[in-house]
Amino acid sequence: MDWDFFIELGLGGLTRGSIYALIAIGYTMVYGIIELINFAHGEIYMLGAFTGLIVAGVMGIYGFPAVAILLMAIVIAVLYCAAYGYTMEKVAYKPLRGAARLSPLISAIGMSLFLQNYIILAQTSDFLPFPALIPDFEFMEPIAHIFGSTDLVIVVASASSMAALTLFIKFTKLGKAMRATAQNRKMAMLLGINADKIISTTFIIGSSLAALGGVLISTHSGQLNFMIGFIAGVKAFTAAVLGGIGSIPGAMLGGLFLGLAESYAAGYISSDYEDVFAFSLLVIFLIFRPSGILGKAPVEKV
Amino acid sequence: MTFSGLLKSIVTGLAVTALCVPAFAADTIKLGVAGAHSGDLASYGLPTVNAAKVVVEKINAAGGINGKQVELLIQDDQCKPEQATNVATKLVSDGANVVLGHICSGATKAALPIYTEAKLIAMSPSATNPMLTQSGDYPTFFRTIASDDMQARLGVDFAIEKLGAKKIAVLHDKGDYGKGYAEFARKFIEEGGKAEVVMFEGVTPGAPDYSAVVQKIRRFKADTVIYGGYHPEASKIISQMRKKRIKANFVSDDGVKDDTFIKVAGKNAEGVYASGPIDVSNLPMYKEAIAAHVKMFGSEPGAFYPAAYAATVAMLTAIERADSTDYEAVTAKLRSEFVDTPVGKIKFNEKGDAEGVGFSMYQVQNGKYIELK
Repeated sequence: MDWDFFIELGLGGLTRGSIYALIAIGYTMVYGIIELINFAHGEIYMLGAFTGLIVAGVMGIYGFPAVAILLMAIVIAVLYCAAYGYTMEKVAYKPLRGAARLSPLISAIGMSLFLQNYIILAQTSDFLPFPALIPDFEFMEPIAHIFGSTDLVIVVASASSMAALTLFIKFTKLGKAMRATAQNRKMAMLLGINADKIISTTFIIGSSLAALGGVLISTHSGQLNFMIGFIAGVKAFTAAVLGGIGSIPGAMLGGLFLGLAESYAAGYISSDYEDVFAFSLLVIFLIFRPSGILGKAPVEKV
Repeated sequence: MTFSGLLKSIVTGLAVTALCVPAFAADTIKLGVAGAHSGDLASYGLPTVNAAKVVVEKINAAGGINGKQVELLIQDDQCKPEQATNVATKLVSDGANVVLGHICSGATKAALPIYTEAKLIAMSPSATNPMLTQSGDYPTFFRTIASDDMQARLGVDFAIEKLGAKKIAVLHDKGDYGKGYAEFARKFIEEGGKAEVVMFEGVTPGAPDYSAVVQKIRRFKADTVIYGGYHPEASKIISQMRKKRIKANFVSDDGVKDDTFIKVAGKNAEGVYASGPIDVSNLPMYKEAIAAHVKMFGSEPGAFYPAAYAATVAMLTAIERADSTDYEAVTAKLRSEFVDTPVGKIKFNEKGDAEGVGFSMYQVQNGKYIELK
């Protein structure tokens, strides 16, 4: 067994998995609360990347240091996308709250196409370069050939934002209200929880994490266009389902699981089958454990 | 076309031949032009008709070829194989001396057995399928465009001879174009026996991260990466390679020889090799050909116009030099003597591919693709 190669692939999978996990949380939170698969979530990620690019472009002209640009790009992208997430929910989903389940789903697909076309018209349909905002850290140099500075930043940023989210949901009042709404929206409302506000908060948090992911991943891959949200979205959605849709730790676990699985499949079998492998996993899970790794089988209420 | 239609065209053809053969031998040289002149792919075929018109008008105005005027026989095959066979039969029976065409590889392949049978030279400006020349089945076929495998041949030879590659990782984007290039590259490397293919894999376009593939390049100690595909994935792969401190050379195709690649990959693009069409825009004859089109049709020519112009000139010059329209004599001239065309100085090899057209290697130097001589 070639352990070096095994570890290299593991670290690569970790980066990839963290990316998936960041986006998957948005899917899973929204699903947990309003049982909607928000297909436009990948586009929020893409919008975050574009916002980051614009901020980086403007600040780059004024010669700010890369780290300052990165932080500013993240902050502005997060704020901007949070606003988008909030508005999107109000415009596309809230009016359909009482409608049949299929209606908001169609609305989500429409929103996704709308946002893609909006970027084509407002920005461009070309590939654009994304500046490398994460500098090569001196102390990472000895292992830069397996795990670079951008990988480190992505993994640390994902892990810490997920930890913060977990603490938020566990210990704050708003977090408690979110859990209550997820469990039973009607009951929560009877107890005085403003469900609309909770749903908005969910969209804001999910979109913020997607924006963070968008900026970090674009600086890692060095490029973006209006379609990047699609593949990332599909993969993250797969991760959310693998982990158990509706469960936040499940989304993290599912993301890591998918990232590692893809990395090892590409490394030991062939990258030709990377996607085949990812989606075969999904199918196997849907057959043998439809509720995912951490999901609970739905209990029929009588 | 129905059987009766085919029959009709044969009958008409025979009738016309019977009338014309004795007459044309003295009078005119007949240049058949076959390709898509209507339908979805007309934009490929019409520029070749224009090219033939421009060249023929110029030659006729100057007194023709050895005193004979050139006459055009234009036939539309819509790039459909079943139409192409009819067109070929028609051209043979109408007494064409040489044929410019066909345009699409499929239609060309369908028509070629008829030309082979009739010993009629057909020269395509655009059919790039490698088998058309390499199979050796169609000795009357020539072309003025490089075949699909030429780029892979160039890339492989360049990597092995100029860069001294021993262990080559061949990657592609799983698409028709990229995978085709990669498969030819693998075949040529294996046939050459001077280097080995250490990995052959497709990457998923659009994936956020290629680190597993990149780690594999290191694991197999590849000194050169040959990539078939387009620039978005290429720039991501090269960037991740450099980030992971892999110094292997990167050789690719004209999907990567695009300024967007340099813009997106930035400093990581430096030193990357990519093949692209030989730059002919400075040749006087190229400029002259374009100017003649603008004068005659009032617009810039479409794709394949220079290659079609070159094919017309090559065939008519060979007839002039042979002072005959005899197949053997003209073919010998095409294969032995160079001719000046808008795509460069060309002659044809035994298989019918033009020497002197095609691709050259470019390298990114200081943010620009520079042609390597």
